[in-house]
Amino acid sequence: MLETAVISGKGGTGKSSVSAALASLHERVVLADCDVDAANLYLLFRPDEESSESFCGGTKAVIDPDRCTGCLRCVALCRFGAIEPDGKVVSISEVSCDGCRLCARLCPEGAIRMVQQCDSRLVSGTFRYGELVYGRLAPGEENSGKLVGLIRDRARSLASRQGIGHILLDGPPGIGCPVISTISGTGRVLVVTEPSLSGLHDLQRAIAVCRSFGPEIQVVINKHDLNPEGSRKIIGWCGDNGLRVTARLPFDPLVVRAMSAGRTITEYAPDAPVSKKIRNLYDRLF
Amino acid sequence: MTIAIASGKGGTGKTFVSVNLFFSLSEEGRNVVLADCDAEAPNAAGFFDTQVLSATHIFQMVPVINEQACTWCGRCQEYCAYHAIFLVASMEVIRVQEDLCHGCGACLLACEDGAITEDKRSVGTVTQFNVPGHGVLTEARMQTGVMSPVPVIKAAITRARSLPGTLILDAPPGTSCPFIHTVAAADYVVLVTEPTPFGLSDLKQSLEVLKQLNKPAGVVINRSGTKDREMQAFLLQEHIPLLLDIPFERSIARDHSRGRLVAAGRADLQENFNGMYRKIRQYVGNGSHQR
Repeated sequence: MLETAVISGKGGTGKSSVSAALASLHERVVLADCDVDAANLYLLFRPDEESSESFCGGTKAVIDPDRCTGCLRCVALCRFGAIEPDGKVVSISEVSCDGCRLCARLCPEGAIRMVQQCDSRLVSGTFRYGELVYGRLAPGEENSGKLVGLIRDRARSLASRQGIGHILLDGPPGIGCPVISTISGTGRVLVVTEPSLSGLHDLQRAIAVCRSFGPEIQVVINKHDLNPEGSRKIIGWCGDNGLRVTARLPFDPLVVRAMSAGRTITEYAPDAPVSKKIRNLYDRLF
Repeated sequence: MTIAIASGKGGTGKTFVSVNLFFSLSEEGRNVVLADCDAEAPNAAGFFDTQVLSATHIFQMVPVINEQACTWCGRCQEYCAYHAIFLVASMEVIRVQEDLCHGCGACLLACEDGAITEDKRSVGTVTQFNVPGHGVLTEARMQTGVMSPVPVIKAAITRARSLPGTLILDAPPGTSCPFIHTVAAADYVVLVTEPTPFGLSDLKQSLEVLKQLNKPAGVVINRSGTKDREMQAFLLQEHIPLLLDIPFERSIARDHSRGRLVAAGRADLQENFNGMYRKIRQYVGNGSHQR
């Protein structure tokens, strides 16, 4: 079973457009949308036979004002600035609470309890090229990395149950916890970059994170013709650092139009130059 | 007044709006401060000629275990909500997974043998830049390999807030902790979106979160064109102000991608950004929040 993760240091480089197109070139694939903050692929592929289950992420401290004596021990203990004196008692900010439970453990009155946040969901279903798994992190929920881990477990079990050889992971933007969960233990990572001012810089940060996990790394430059000089710099840097630039994709407004029409670019405009490049990329990868 | 520029998905043009708004307001002679809170991919500084004013490492505390004093009782492991302490008592092995540690200090209080002390671990930097003629830019930058950008973001906002003027926060993408910690500091949130089904879906999710946080919000449609009627209809129906509509122009995409401030050469865009600011001031109550 081969897992390929598609990531990008910053958002908006076209990562999901590329993953979606690569998925639509497969006969059968398990596509895992690991962007749990802004899952989008289900909008494009509209899977059916969905199974949906709730996911409990972190916990948050909740004060019982009737038991609170206002001793303020919790205020002194909390390192996240989440607890403030509020009249004769305290109030706990749900936003700032990190869920460490120290206040709940040490409150002399037992006035603080931890409440689990279970509004996130893990969803899977069949779509036109195989199975789609995605997560929806509840607003403000922690533990996005854990939800990504569950998405990947589900993707693997679907793949082995149905004899599907490829899992494609569409990663979240950035280089933090959910990205690390997406790439750890995958065989191959495709980093989609663009030749913007910050493209190379974001690429370097993404590669630095990938390298600590040791997968095979390939680079795709999207919208390369928007800034040919920037593209040359990226290619030069990749060459110097032993990285392969597997594809350079041209900027094409059809990509956005295809998405608006609910199709991948290779479905919508199979003869467009960008679609041909993506097919070449597919042939080299799978 | 503090304005956060945010979006559910990445790449909709948050940084484009942030840097051009900062530029346009300062061109009109307003006192304005920009904070780049996208600590995982900070990009705003590249659009300006800058001079570094200060650079500060941001630290988080991590436990240090004195194995001579440890009695392998396991209380620290039990107290750790983040599974950052690995212990095999029978083999007398104890390790701290620093990247999982959130620095809450629970293990320190759990230990009854005085075997745990703390040390500092760098999680990133906050850099303040002077942008001559325009104001100060504060950048949050998470170190690679660190799990959460939140401590660096909070430190950057605190620093930026100590300066006088309208504060613009370039928020991280998404709707989880990094986003929430940024918008929590704002009086008004500008959501930048694009007229695609993805853009609309992410916008709805962001609006839902902001409603829960009780934050007023307006929308900028970036790369707008003829096909965004669905988006406009949604905004009308939900009574969400459309603050600005930035047309899809290849020249804007190209110039921004090359690191140019598009508003610098476009009086019309500059005026649009200033107009947006005036609208926001009205929404927040005629500038009554202004420091």
